[in-house]
Amino acid sequence: MLKPVGGVAPTAAGDNVAALHDVDFAIDGKPIFRGLDIAIRRGAVTAIMGPSGTGKTTLLRLITGQLMADRGLVEVEGRDVATMTRPEIYRMRRRMGMLFQNGALLTDLDVFENVAFPLREHARLPERILRNIVLAKLQAVGLRGAARLRPQQLSGGMARRVALARAIVMDPQLLLYDEPFAGLDPISMGVVLRLIKSLNDALGISSVVVTHDVREISQIADSSYILSDGRVVASGTPAELREHPSPVVHQFMDGLADGPVTFHYPAPDYRRQLLDRSGVS
Amino acid sequence: MRALLGDLASSLVVFLERLGAMTRFAGQVVAQLPAALLRPRLVVEQVYNTGALSLVIIMTCGLFVGMVLGLQGYELLQRFGSEESLGMGAALSLLKELGPVVTALLFAGRAGTALASELGLMRATDQLSAMEVMAVDPMRRVVVPRFLGGVIAMPLLTAVFIAVALYGVQLVGVQFLGVDQGQFWSQMRGAVEFEDVREGLVKGLTFGVACSLIAVFEGYNAQPTAEGVGRATTRTVVISAVVTLVLDYILTAIML
Repeated sequence: MLKPVGGVAPTAAGDNVAALHDVDFAIDGKPIFRGLDIAIRRGAVTAIMGPSGTGKTTLLRLITGQLMADRGLVEVEGRDVATMTRPEIYRMRRRMGMLFQNGALLTDLDVFENVAFPLREHARLPERILRNIVLAKLQAVGLRGAARLRPQQLSGGMARRVALARAIVMDPQLLLYDEPFAGLDPISMGVVLRLIKSLNDALGISSVVVTHDVREISQIADSSYILSDGRVVASGTPAELREHPSPVVHQFMDGLADGPVTFHYPAPDYRRQLLDRSGVS
Repeated sequence: MRALLGDLASSLVVFLERLGAMTRFAGQVVAQLPAALLRPRLVVEQVYNTGALSLVIIMTCGLFVGMVLGLQGYELLQRFGSEESLGMGAALSLLKELGPVVTALLFAGRAGTALASELGLMRATDQLSAMEVMAVDPMRRVVVPRFLGGVIAMPLLTAVFIAVALYGVQLVGVQFLGVDQGQFWSQMRGAVEFEDVREGLVKGLTFGVACSLIAVFEGYNAQPTAEGVGRATTRTVVISAVVTLVLDYILTAIML
């Protein structure tokens, strides 16, 4: 079933691990979201897609409470993030994991200590148990043998996998992925793709994947949202989105240069600008 | 004229905004001090990074500052026939002024820039953001231990600088130029009071607080770009140098 433009899948509140209702958000007066509605279903892989600059990463920061909505409701586990105190937000984040686009590994720690970092900060575990947990997470991402390497010695794909091991080390209920495939070679991309799906299913967690790699995410996403111009323009399963009548969705899913989303940033007439000798304005 | 006044007014507003932001930041640092002190290992690591790793430059500069002071002091005192007062003059000038001030300037150039660029790069590469998402407060885990490390290291570096500089004075004055060794040390011991040592330590500690705070503030609030990190590093050195000299005047006026 196709969802109406800007609509949210009609699920009961308990089915959603997180949700945004009619959210407005602006940065320096520039509107990023206008009436955004999104529901993150429990146990599912939810893809957030859209052209660059549509605020996909901002959406993740709203869910983690790093940014606060100007208007509307951001709910995590049924609680309004805006009404949480700082300690409550920190407690909420302990049940989340986030994979940053560049991995964001701590450069003064080796791979093992990077993965152990959240445990050392939040759990007072005997060293032997901590070591076993970290090794198990590194084994899950195939990098147990790289435990003593420094972040500077890792390839982009390896750094992303270490960051993934770190993101799951506290056994989170919600995993947020910010552009997990950006800049990866096809082999690393396939590995990360399978990891996202297998971790989601094996650990019984919920995943939100922000990406514009349509083909890859379509293989594993249970539901997808396409954002444009500050709101949801379409939502549904990848198969449903491919059949969506919206020209924006069609342009995005098929990677077309021409369509409602313009390739060129607004500019004066090209010919006149070339003939004009007054410089670039 | 109106444009000039407008520029001055907007510069003043920017300055006051920045001062307000730094005051608020200092309040956050102070609020996190007890929690940071509960993890002394992190602070000790930073004392090593800011203090021990600055030792070579501090000692080298201290030696040459002392040697120059020995030459200049000897040349000046010789005119009045009182070369034996070289030790006393050098000790007082090093303890009360040169030691804390030059150490602070070197500290800002070596440790301050390292702190600012490290924090700025952590901001630019999302490491601070990652900590926030992992429910780890970067102020408590990263900023405050670095601030404390600088505050502890600075008076120690000042003491090392003064000790090495006095050796430099002695090397030139006594070993090279022939000032009487007994007179050199005895006049120094006779003239230097505990208040002089305290003045140096108070200045060293105050400059340590100021330079460390400026470095962590600039680094933590750096724009997350290569240019932003570079600008934060430059600002750290410039502001630290100016603040050190202004504070030096104020402290001297108070303690005289």
